[in-house]
Amino acid sequence: MSLERSDVERIAHLARLEVAEKDISEYARNLSNIFGLVAQLEAVDTDGVKPMAHPFDAVQRLRADEVTESNQRDHFQQIAPKVADGLYLVPKVLD
Amino acid sequence: MHTKTVAQLAQGLQQGEFSSVELTTAYLERIEKLDGQVNAYVTVTAEQALVAARAADARIKAGTAGPLTGIPIAHKDIFCTDGVRTSCGSKMLDNFVAPYDATVVSRFKEAGVVMLGKTNMDEFAMGSSNETSYYGPVRNPWDLNAVPGGSSGGSAAVVAARLAAASTGTDTGGSIRQPAALCGITGLKPTYGLVSRYGMIAFASSLDQAGPMAQSAEDCAIMLGAMAGFDKRDSTSLERSVPDYRAGLNNPLAGLKIGLPKEYFGEGLDAGVARVVEAAIAEYKKLGAEVIEISLPNTHLAVPVYYVVAPAECSSNLSRFDGVRFGYRCEDPKDLMDLYKRSRGEGFGPEVKRRIMIGTYVLSAGYYDAYYLKAQKARQLISNDFKSAFEQVDVIMGPTAPTVAFNLGEKSSDPVTMYLSDIYTIAANLAGLPGMSIPAGFVGNRPVGLQLIGNYFDEARLLNVAHQYQQVSDWHSRLPDGFK
Repeated sequence: MSLERSDVERIAHLARLEVAEKDISEYARNLSNIFGLVAQLEAVDTDGVKPMAHPFDAVQRLRADEVTESNQRDHFQQIAPKVADGLYLVPKVLD
Repeated sequence: MHTKTVAQLAQGLQQGEFSSVELTTAYLERIEKLDGQVNAYVTVTAEQALVAARAADARIKAGTAGPLTGIPIAHKDIFCTDGVRTSCGSKMLDNFVAPYDATVVSRFKEAGVVMLGKTNMDEFAMGSSNETSYYGPVRNPWDLNAVPGGSSGGSAAVVAARLAAASTGTDTGGSIRQPAALCGITGLKPTYGLVSRYGMIAFASSLDQAGPMAQSAEDCAIMLGAMAGFDKRDSTSLERSVPDYRAGLNNPLAGLKIGLPKEYFGEGLDAGVARVVEAAIAEYKKLGAEVIEISLPNTHLAVPVYYVVAPAECSSNLSRFDGVRFGYRCEDPKDLMDLYKRSRGEGFGPEVKRRIMIGTYVLSAGYYDAYYLKAQKARQLISNDFKSAFEQVDVIMGPTAPTVAFNLGEKSSDPVTMYLSDIYTIAANLAGLPGMSIPAGFVGNRPVGLQLIGNYFDEARLLNVAHQYQQVSDWHSRLPDGFK
């Protein structure tokens, strides 16, 4: 499979990644090569095979619905790029 | 002191030959003098190390020391360390001082281990040469023109150069075993779920597993004893008791059935590496093992399956890095979309971006069945191959990597070429099986690793099999020139 520049732009947007204009064709080439490698899977007969999501057939463990964690907001916000009054600040979303 | 193994150092500490402060100081001096040549440390925590060493000495004096109390080790910079920068090899986390300890880190702290610092790695553990790190490549102590392997390249190099007694690593597709092989050290990737992933920055959650990297199998056994065990904070942690991994190290190997997958000795394997691996297998025959040729017919699917599953999980895991709550944020974002896109675009390097894009694509509407579901089915076939093999044999052996360490820059321009250096290690991650790499010789001046793959939870046997080889060989105790 060969990816076009427009495919790279679309995927980068979905992934919320800015990709420099000058790098797009290199990404298109590299990603196409990787999909070329992955294409070997098309030839494999997987009829009736159960997909394997995880090495063990484990199910999500449940715990009692009790409060176990304390509030550490101040501690965690020390490493935030921008906060005020206990809130994380981002550019204005609504006018 | 730096030539001693963890087991020997523990004995020296117990018998009062030297203190942990003296030992720690000796390692810090070596790091100061020698790390510039290999760039294996991202952060050295000298002050904290000496505080921990003094506490360890008090424990030793009080008679409450364990087998790791006072031993200086290094953690891969993927493990969160409270109050210490945890960069994961990325500009995205260059400013990230972790607000808590990973379970692996806190278990070692409880055991009285001294942390010397955090080791360099491929960015977000995505790479096989340590060249994708934001902090520059690590060099192989055996040959400074060669890569150390990756992603745990720094952790492998610090052990090879004796800049730490041992280290921690993580392995998603070979990231402990391949650098262990390329740097001539011993590394173990445990069964998926044996070691907690809490506080270990996630790459591909169904594959990631932490493990020890050290000079010898005996040291790996000591380290694994401290790392392994159930953790309620990791939803995939397995509730099993942890055996004494040292107890069976001296079991004889007579009657051991070793399977050699014919697919691991075919096209693509360097002839020099093949000779070294065959010589190691011959040594096992002398130890009484029986060698049986087996087949893992879906081996060729491992790399393609991995490059669907791992990027898919990575694109989901790395969506948390959005420039809002922690990590890198771009300058002057004009709106929220710009904040997201530029923070991620500027914070991640090219290999991480490639994998996020592959993952985003294979999970996007209309493609899920063709890629992700198909890969999960092929993953099952790979796992089934191992199930049949372990009905015939006790342990599987082969090369860890198809070649010895390659030169810096040799494979960095073509991702697909780079990916193929993990061709023998990826399948164990897909199946969730434990695997080891042990030093088996050299091609020229570059080390060769022998890979051992075991059945689920068979770490004790792998360690026994590795230890017995290390009783009749000395590859694991050799030191590179310039680091003696």
